[in-house]
Amino acid sequence: MSAVLRIRDLHVSYHGTRSRVQAVRGIDLEVGGGETVALVGESGSGKSTTAQAVIRLLPPAATVTAGSVYIDGTDILRLREPAMRRLRGGTVGFVPQDPGTALNPLERIGWQVSQVLQLHGIAHGRRARQRAVELLAEVALPDPERVAVSLPAALSGGMRQRVLIAMALAAQPRLVIADEPTSALDVTVQRHVLDILQSRVREHGAAMLLVTHDLGVAADRADRIVVMSHGTVVEQGSARTLLRQPRHPYTRELIASAPSLTAHVAASAPFPVEGVEPHRAPSGSRATLLHTRGLTKDFRARTARGDMATVRALDGVSIDIPEGTTLGIVGESGSGKTTLARTIARLEQADSGTIHFDGRDIGHLQGEPQRQLRRNLQVVYQNPYSSLQPRFTVERIVTEPLRHFRVGDRRTRRHRAAALLEQVALAPSLLTRRPGELSGGQRQRVAIARALALSPRLLILDEPVSALDVTVQARILNLLTALQREHGLTFLFISHDLAVIRQIAHQVVVMRHGAVVEVGPAEQLLRHPRHPYTRQLLDAVPGGAFVFPPSPAHAIEGVLT
Amino acid sequence: MTDLLVTGEPSAGRLHAPPPGVRPKVQWRRLVGSPSFLLSVAVLVMVVVWAVVPEAITAGDPLFGDSADRLLPPGADHPFGTDQLGRDVFARFVYGTRTSLYATLVAVGVAAGGGALLGVIAGFAGGVADAVISRVIEVLQAIPGLLLSLTLIAVLGFGTGKIGLAVGISGIPAFARVMRAEVLRIRGSLYVEAARTVGARPSAVLAEHVLPSALGPVVALGILELASAVLAVSALSFLGFGAPPPAPEWGSMVAEGRDYLATAWWLTILPGVAIAAVVVSANRLARGLRPHEASQ
Repeated sequence: MSAVLRIRDLHVSYHGTRSRVQAVRGIDLEVGGGETVALVGESGSGKSTTAQAVIRLLPPAATVTAGSVYIDGTDILRLREPAMRRLRGGTVGFVPQDPGTALNPLERIGWQVSQVLQLHGIAHGRRARQRAVELLAEVALPDPERVAVSLPAALSGGMRQRVLIAMALAAQPRLVIADEPTSALDVTVQRHVLDILQSRVREHGAAMLLVTHDLGVAADRADRIVVMSHGTVVEQGSARTLLRQPRHPYTRELIASAPSLTAHVAASAPFPVEGVEPHRAPSGSRATLLHTRGLTKDFRARTARGDMATVRALDGVSIDIPEGTTLGIVGESGSGKTTLARTIARLEQADSGTIHFDGRDIGHLQGEPQRQLRRNLQVVYQNPYSSLQPRFTVERIVTEPLRHFRVGDRRTRRHRAAALLEQVALAPSLLTRRPGELSGGQRQRVAIARALALSPRLLILDEPVSALDVTVQARILNLLTALQREHGLTFLFISHDLAVIRQIAHQVVVMRHGAVVEVGPAEQLLRHPRHPYTRQLLDAVPGGAFVFPPSPAHAIEGVLT
Repeated sequence: MTDLLVTGEPSAGRLHAPPPGVRPKVQWRRLVGSPSFLLSVAVLVMVVVWAVVPEAITAGDPLFGDSADRLLPPGADHPFGTDQLGRDVFARFVYGTRTSLYATLVAVGVAAGGGALLGVIAGFAGGVADAVISRVIEVLQAIPGLLLSLTLIAVLGFGTGKIGLAVGISGIPAFARVMRAEVLRIRGSLYVEAARTVGARPSAVLAEHVLPSALGPVVALGILELASAVLAVSALSFLGFGAPPPAPEWGSMVAEGRDYLATAWWLTILPGVAIAAVVVSANRLARGLRPHEASQ
C-alpha cells in the first residue's frame, strides 16, 4: 500500500511581533491509500497547523521552515500556486471545522457544490447542477433538490457540514483532510455526520486525515492514531494498540482524561473513573436547597424569513436540588439548559413558575434583595476567556465580591484572596497577574475562586469545562468534587456532555426543547435510560468502539494546569 | 503568543483572533523607530513651547512694528518676513499660538467632555434617555460642523474662547456616538454580567468596569479631533470671529495677509504652511497612538 500522504520532518513556525513560535517541530506522518488516520492532540499541539500545511493554507504569520510534504509522490511544498489550486478540492478534499462560516451565505447550495465540479473540469452547466444534486443526495440530505436551491442560512449546522462533505468529495479526491469536522455540532448530530463522512470516504476509496481533539472520535473512526503534543508526534500506532497499551505518559493522561472513553469504563467498573474520586450521592435525606415549579419562558425571535416567532425556551421546568449534592442538566444546544440556569441566577425573568431558594421565593427579587441573594448563589461561566475583566489583577478579580459586600478590609481581603487561590490549587504568586497571562484552566480556577469568595451555598456552573482541553477538564472536575466534599456546596451543573455529567452529578435532568424529558439518579439514568431521547444521547457519545479494562488510576491530581 | 498556535480547536475556546477582552496595545517600540512619528511629536512639542513661553522663542514684538521695515521678505532678521505695518510675522505667529491653542483645547475639551457624558448616559441608562440623546445627536450630525459653529458664534458672540466653545459643541456628536457604542459593547460583555452576579451595584459596574474600558477610544478620538479642531478654530478666526485686531491669531493672520498675496506672499503662505504642519502632525500622532492589534 503506497502512501497517499507522506510528511517528512515538517517544521512550521509562527512569527509574532517580537517572538517566533515553533508550532510544528519535525513531525513524520504517513497516510496510506484508503486509510483513515486520526491526528489527536490538545490546543496548541500543532495538529491543525499540520493539516493546514498539507494543503498550503497556513495563516499569513506561519511559514514552513523545513521538511517536505508528498501527496501521491509530489512534493507539494515546491508546487506553484496554480498547480496547488488544482490539487486543493481536486486530489485533496478539505472538510473545515466551522460549517457556519465555510459556505458563502449569499449563494445557493447547489451552485456552490457545482462550482467545485466546474473548477476541476468534471462537469459543466446543467450536468454540473444535476451532479450537485446527486452529491447532496449521497450525503443523505433529505430532499436534495430543495437543499440545492436553498441558501446556507436555511440549513442547520449538521446539514451544512454534510454539504461541505459533499463538496470535499465532489472531485473524487485521493485524500480527505477533515479538521475537527464535528466539533461545532451537537453530539447526536456529530455521530450522524461522522457516519456519513466515513462511509463516503470509504466508498470513494480515499484516504483520510482526521484532525480531532476528541480521542473518542479518533477511537471510533480511525485505523491509526497519531498523538501530537507541543508540535511533535509523541506516539503513533494502530487505534486498538495505542488505546489499549499506550506507551507514552502523555497518551496515557489523554486517555485517562477523555470523558467519552472513560464513560464506558464506568459502565463496567465501580462508579466512576480514573482520576475522579468515587462520588456517591450523600446518604440520608437532605433538605432541598433549591426547587423550581413550572418555570416557563418565551423568547421572541426573528425567523429566517424575517417574521417574528415565539420560541419556548423553558416549558414548565420543575427541578429539585438537595443541599450538598450536584444536579446535572444535560441537553443539546437549544434545549433551554442555559436559560434555566440564567433564570435561576436571576439573570432572566421567567414568564411563569416559581423558584424557591432555601425556602424563600426568589423568583421576583429585584434591586437590593436580588443583590443580597448573590451572597449565597454564585455563577461560573462557560468561557473563562471573557468572564474575567482583562484589566484587573487576579487579586482584584477574586476580591471583587468581598469589596461589593464590604467584607473585611484591604488586608484581610488580600489574605482571603491568597487562601482562595490555594483552595483552587493556584500559586499565590498569581495574585498580581492579569487574566491575559493565564492559561484557560488557570482562568477557570480564578473564576471558581471568585465564585467561592463569599462562601455561597449554591454554585451554578454553566458548561464550566467545555471550553477547556480534556486533561484540564479532568483536573477542574476533580477540584469541584473536592470543594463540594469540603464545604458541603450544592452545584447546578450544566453540560452538553453526558460523560462529564456522569463524572460529577448525583442527579441528572435531561432537557429537550425546553422541557424535562427524564430525571433520575445519575448512575441509574445513564445505565438504564428510560426515555428514548436519553438513550439516543448516550449512544451518540463517541468512543463506543472500544471498551477499556479499568486501569490503575493515574496521578493527575498533582499536576496543575 | 501561544494564541498564535491555536488554529481552530473550539475545546480551547480560542480562535485566530486574540481572546476577547485582551486589550490591543499601542506599539511604542515601532513608533519610536518611525521618523515621521518623531517629527510630528517634535512639531507639536515646539508649538506647545511657543504657546507657553513665546518671549523665549522670538525677540520680535507681535504688536508694534518698525514702519521702515514694512513688507520685508523672509530673511535672517525676520524668518517669516514682516507685514504692512512692519511687524515681525514670525513673532505674531508665535504669540498667536497661545490664543489659537487655547481655543483648540477648549474645543476638544468641550467636545470630549460633553460627548462622553452624553454617550455614557445614553449607553448606560438606555430606554428613553438613550432614545432622546441619540435623536438629538443625529440632528446635530445632520448639520455640517462649520455651519453649526458659525450659527453658534452668531448666538454666543465673538472671541477666542467662544470660538473654542462653538467648535467644541459641533464636535460633541462624534464623541457621544463613540462613547455610547463602547459603553454598550462593554455593558453587554460577559465580565460585566459576572460583576453583577458577584454583587456589583450599577454604580460600581459603571465606575470599575465600564468607564475605564470605554475611555481609551475616546482619548484616541480626542487626539484625532485635535487636528480638525485646529483647522476649525483657524477657519473661524480667518472669518474674523476670533480675538479683535491687533491681537494675533493663526486664522486671522492668514486673512490679513490676503490683500498682499500678489506682492507679499509670505504673509499668507508661511502661517498657512505652519498651520498645515501642526494639523498634519496631530493627525500623525493620533494615527500612531491608535491601538493596534498584535500584527499577525
